Amino acid sequence: MIGSFSWGHFFYLVQSIWWTLVLSGLAFILGSIGGFGVMLARISPRRWLWMPTLVYIECIQGIPLLILLFIVYFGLSVYGFALPALVAAGLAMMVYTSAYLGDIWRGCVEAMPRPQWEAAECLSLTRWQTLRLVIIPQAFRLSLPPTVGFLVQVIKMTSLASVIGFIELTRAGQIINNSIFQPFLIFSLVGAFYFVLCYPLSRWSESMENKLNVSNR
Amino acid sequence: MGFSLNFAPLAPYWPVFLTGAWLTLKMTTVAIVVGVSIGTLIAFLKRGSNRAISKACSAYIEAVRNTPFLVQIFLLYFGLASLGIHMPTFAAAVLAMIINIAAYAAEIIRAGLESVPKGQIEAAECLGLSRWRIAWHVMLQPSIERVYPALTSQFLLMMQASAMASQISAEELTAIANTVQSDTFRSLETYIVVAFMYLALSILVKLLAWGFGEYLFKRRRIIRRAAMEAARRRPPATPPFQPGVAATAAATGVNTTNTTNGSAS
Repeated sequence: MIGSFSWGHFFYLVQSIWWTLVLSGLAFILGSIGGFGVMLARISPRRWLWMPTLVYIECIQGIPLLILLFIVYFGLSVYGFALPALVAAGLAMMVYTSAYLGDIWRGCVEAMPRPQWEAAECLSLTRWQTLRLVIIPQAFRLSLPPTVGFLVQVIKMTSLASVIGFIELTRAGQIINNSIFQPFLIFSLVGAFYFVLCYPLSRWSESMENKLNVSNR
Repeated sequence: MGFSLNFAPLAPYWPVFLTGAWLTLKMTTVAIVVGVSIGTLIAFLKRGSNRAISKACSAYIEAVRNTPFLVQIFLLYFGLASLGIHMPTFAAAVLAMIINIAAYAAEIIRAGLESVPKGQIEAAECLGLSRWRIAWHVMLQPSIERVYPALTSQFLLMMQASAMASQISAEELTAIANTVQSDTFRSLETYIVVAFMYLALSILVKLLAWGFGEYLFKRRRIIRRAAMEAARRRPPATPPFQPGVAATAAATGVNTTNTTNGSAS
């Protein structure tokens, strides 16, 4: 007999939000570390460093996350590593996030006016010192709105981890739907939960962007 | 262990892969054309004077932009089916893509419309242009030209998002991959092949978007021709300082940030 939607189901959904957040956090933190490396390599003056990085960014941005997820999940399992879904999803999303964040941050660093570099050179700062003390602190402020905007994307992307069986918000919705079959109610609710997670971040990103007023500088 | 990549079993499946890629491209094209048209309409309605309609448009845009595409597909396909509205998977997938891209396009185009200086609209009014001609010539065309890079990257993201339609078993590239890998038990190879096909598709979409932009924006061609002419007339000045990094001028950097931001948020 098909039951109806109960508080038990509701709390199951609420609990699964935690796993969505864990996966988002994992992807974002690992992806930021990777993305920082990608950014550094991309702005490097050495050709053998920035060329492969450019190819990496273009390739990852051209492949859907779903396919990356399958490659990591199936790819590692045929080589004998039976990965938990969380690790596989985290790895795939790290690769994906690092390419996008690296590109966003590169744009921010390159947006810094050139006299900043010249002045730092006049003060005989090394390249690394210039980056660390002069460029990155200023670029950070500029990069905050798009980074938070991308964080919203990351939270939404975690819904894909449901495909490889990681139980987060979307998967929990599917599981409940399979037992009581009220898809309209359940997926509306799941969507509403995602909205609650993402909307404040979107607004925050938007308000920061307005404050910086990038387009009218 | 002892596993090696073997692509040979996939060889007989190449027509299937091509069919899937073709369907992906078709879905994306339909979604982009219809979605951008609706998005333009919504962008104008949101800026319009009617408060209620403008509120409704913002609600739609925010609702779509802050929920995952996968959930939207499920809601549209399973949710509507449970309410008695049945549609084929292809229609459901394309409809979900249209709804999704219309919201993003509306937001991007609205940003473009907002960047049109008020003085230009007033000047057009003074010249006695009708409202429709102002909307088309003075507002829409220049703003589309300005936000075209952001729109292009949104199209690419849409093409990738179409992979999620495999979850309601629309027979596009990813769904084909799932079928082929369960036939051949060569999962890793299949997905690598499909990854390269998506890569090729995204390069194709990029080229198409670029070509379309060149065709559409006459001014862009003229400006570039003039710039080339000017460069030929005088020898290029050597920049006095080369920090190595700032190979691209600051202006392009700002542009890139904007574009990435537009696609990300």
